[in-house]
Amino acid sequence: MQHIHPEDIQSRIDRLKDQDLYIHLEMTTGAYAAHLDSSKHPAATFITNAVIRYSHGSISGNGPYRIGLKAEAGWIYSEGLTHYEESESERLILAGHDSQGKLIVALQLSKEPF
Amino acid sequence: MERHILVVLPHPDDESFGIAGTLAMHLNSGTPVTYACLTLGEMGRNMGIPPFATRVTLPQIRKQELEASCRAIGIKDLRMLGFHDKMIEFEDQGLLDANIGALIEELNPSLVITFYPGYSVHPDHDACGAAVVRTIARLPEAKRSKVHCLAFSRDHERAVGRPDIENDVRDFLQHKMASIQAHRSQFQAAELLGRKQYTDKELQERFGTERFWTYRFQ
Ligand SMILES: [Zn+2]
Repeated sequence: MQHIHPEDIQSRIDRLKDQDLYIHLEMTTGAYAAHLDSSKHPAATFITNAVIRYSHGSISGNGPYRIGLKAEAGWIYSEGLTHYEESESERLILAGHDSQGKLIVALQLSKEPF
Repeated sequence: MERHILVVLPHPDDESFGIAGTLAMHLNSGTPVTYACLTLGEMGRNMGIPPFATRVTLPQIRKQELEASCRAIGIKDLRMLGFHDKMIEFEDQGLLDANIGALIEELNPSLVITFYPGYSVHPDHDACGAAVVRTIARLPEAKRSKVHCLAFSRDHERAVGRPDIENDVRDFLQHKMASIQAHRSQFQAAELLGRKQYTDKELQERFGTERFWTYRFQ
């Protein structure tokens, strides 16, 4: 994965708007979070291959980045994004990694199921 | 004396710490105040201790807290604009600006109070201030209201200098404290007030001055 280029991400967001898409949205603090530091509250959540559609979206921040996508009846939001997969031409694959390189957050959109 | 004051802020409770005293002061001298609150703060993380709000009930609870806060300050015209909490920076700018523009058109305020874009920490605060400034900048110079901004990001004074307006609101601390306390779900546990009982002198030092920066349009 590469560090996020906001302009490239923005054009990819624009290309995917107004169509049904499969989403994978995930956030995790890691299963060992509380084992390693008892003050940490381990939490994780994901939704995979739900179908969404957004009318517009954008990326903001100076890194880590935030993305908000406006859907018909709500919003899709992700914060803490650092990397993307540049070689993906049809899909948007974004992730946020912490200072040790561990995945904290992921936002993925695709016309085909993951 | 101001003709009409329009306050545009994104979250219930944004009015409490920085401007409640100033608004009570203006209301006391007869200036009407309209408060446009963009969201219901429905993505807030404070749920009370022990939690009495849920993700489902939080918007309704915060709406009631906002109404109670407005009663405490004396604001009679509260507009809840129904935007989604945390999403102001991603919102359709045309829609946002049209809502703010319609209020300015309707009320013709002599003063608008909002957050200083870029120096207000939360992305919703910055995006709210940016929308207000963008909307007013589009008006011909003679029709522009004054804009007073709140700023509190780290090092903001290095960029925007010292505040040019400092209001002594010690006479309106009762209104201000009642406004803060109206937001039960948010400040009950707060570091800000906590369980500490302040003396009158401590209250005056901590809450008795409100500071604003006049926005300079290019
Ligand atoms: Zn706020």
